[in-house]
Amino acid sequence: MAALLEAKGVSKIFGGLVAVDNVDMTVNKGDIFGIIGPNGAGKTTFFNICTGFYTPSQGAIYLEGQKISGLPCDQIAKKGIARTFQNIQLFKYMSVLDNVKIGFHINTRTNLFDAIVHSKTYKNDEKIIKEKGYAILEEVGLSKYADTMAGNLPYGVQRKVEIARALALEPKILLLDEPAAGMNPNETDSLMQFMLMLKEKGHTITVIEHDMKFVMNSCNHILVLNFGQKICEGTPDAVKNNEQVKEAYFGKGIIAARGTN
Amino acid sequence: MMDKLKGFYVKNKIPVWVVLMVLLVTMPLYVSAGNMRIVCRIMLYIILAGGLNVISGYCGQLCFGIAGFYCVGSYVQAILMKTYNVSYWLALLPSGIVAALIGAVVALPALRMKGIFLGMITIGFSELMRLIALNWTPVTGGAMGFKGIMAPTFFGIKMGGASKYYYIFLFVVIAYMFCTNRVIKSRVGRAWMSIREDELAARSLGVDAKKYKILNFMYGSFWAGIAGAIFVAYSTYVDSTYFTLDEGFNVLGMLIIGGQGTLVGPIVGSFVAQVLTESLRFINVWRYVVYAALIILMMWVRPQGLIGASGSILAGSKAGKKKTKKAEKIVKSEGKEA
Repeated sequence: MAALLEAKGVSKIFGGLVAVDNVDMTVNKGDIFGIIGPNGAGKTTFFNICTGFYTPSQGAIYLEGQKISGLPCDQIAKKGIARTFQNIQLFKYMSVLDNVKIGFHINTRTNLFDAIVHSKTYKNDEKIIKEKGYAILEEVGLSKYADTMAGNLPYGVQRKVEIARALALEPKILLLDEPAAGMNPNETDSLMQFMLMLKEKGHTITVIEHDMKFVMNSCNHILVLNFGQKICEGTPDAVKNNEQVKEAYFGKGIIAARGTN
Repeated sequence: MMDKLKGFYVKNKIPVWVVLMVLLVTMPLYVSAGNMRIVCRIMLYIILAGGLNVISGYCGQLCFGIAGFYCVGSYVQAILMKTYNVSYWLALLPSGIVAALIGAVVALPALRMKGIFLGMITIGFSELMRLIALNWTPVTGGAMGFKGIMAPTFFGIKMGGASKYYYIFLFVVIAYMFCTNRVIKSRVGRAWMSIREDELAARSLGVDAKKYKILNFMYGSFWAGIAGAIFVAYSTYVDSTYFTLDEGFNVLGMLIIGGQGTLVGPIVGSFVAQVLTESLRFINVWRYVVYAALIILMMWVRPQGLIGASGSILAGSKAGKKKTKKAEKIVKSEGKEA
């Protein structure tokens, strides 16, 4: 299997706080790669480094062997990394379809003059955007909301719009930051089915999530962060049985302490 | 009512346009020469407010300095025509282009600053342009400005006077509307709007915010420059007093009244502002107080402007809530069906 996204010794230091501490990660093609950890473990910071919102204090990020850390985030998006945000960042006052249309930005070439004279490039681009835009909405199950203003939709649907918008980039890897947050169990379930379907279509996904059922059932590889450090990595079963992970989540109980004594 | 009007327009698109065009083209026949001057002013401010609309309405960059671009366009046209004897028609495009290039320079701080801080930079820029025009006497004529800038001839017809020069204004307004309508409905316009709505998200989608902000300033200031260029030959003379900061705020006021981020907003805003200030001439300077009160009232009651959609980002929370309720209803009813 070919490594798609690699992090080598990545650290991020904010003043005196080490938010991410020497983390290595290898996401292979076709993975659903989970990143879990207690609150404040540095998961989102790590995502922000991968997508170029932050530059790492140490270490580097590689996409298909090519160094991408240090590039501005729009360049990284062009290289093939799409993301969603923990606190949904949709274009709230635009229709769902327009949101997705903006996602096609990097895959189209229209410039100002093309737009004014309605050149061939413009016509081709608009045709592609329209066809593929509707196709993506269909795929995500949002067709009926195409003309609704994104900000007016329920939370769970907004999350899906964000994913649809990210898919429009036709990314090599999709980074989802807590996609199931605020969803009810049914919505979470359908999201999981959706992710598995994306995987089958050949997408590679990295996902931060707190919902353990969701993570354990969908991811094939999991990375656990705590206080910025990698404490465990492996298959869901390996992670489930890891002492350090249990400790990070449940603490060192008295009973556990007694057991070691 | 807006919905009804829109419905009527959609149904009768071609007849509406034909009637509108005939009315516009024949306007000097049924409007007195005195009133044609007001029409020309309206047209001028449509282009200026339109240029500003692209910057602050579509891309969300606060700009008080539209008068600066207006000034640049005017002086480039005047200098080309008077000093270098370039023909009126040939000087138009360079005037717009120079204004656009200066717009690109002004956009550079826009890459780092946002909101009111950018607004202050544009205020400084606007005053800078006016002061250069006032004090660079060898080039700009200083306080004397340029006199006797002749209206052009078009196939032997001299376009002097409001009734004839009106056609030049009309042409430029239509050109502005045509181009802008196409641009905002394209990839470029969508990129601008995405920057207005959420710059972070836009960048995460690969929109090069720097490039598009510069392009946006250039496009907006191009039209302001063109407005300046056609203005000088209309007024036949130009000096720096036309381009005070007040002018920038005046244009912004019109845009706020009409509706930012809408294509028709500048037209409505300019129309309302001019008709209001002209029809209240009998109360002298107090008419500007009325105008100011109107701007305040608009900001309070309808921040999205007369034309702006109630669901727009500019409408604020009040209107947003109403829409949300509506959407919730839709979602609920759909849920039942499912």
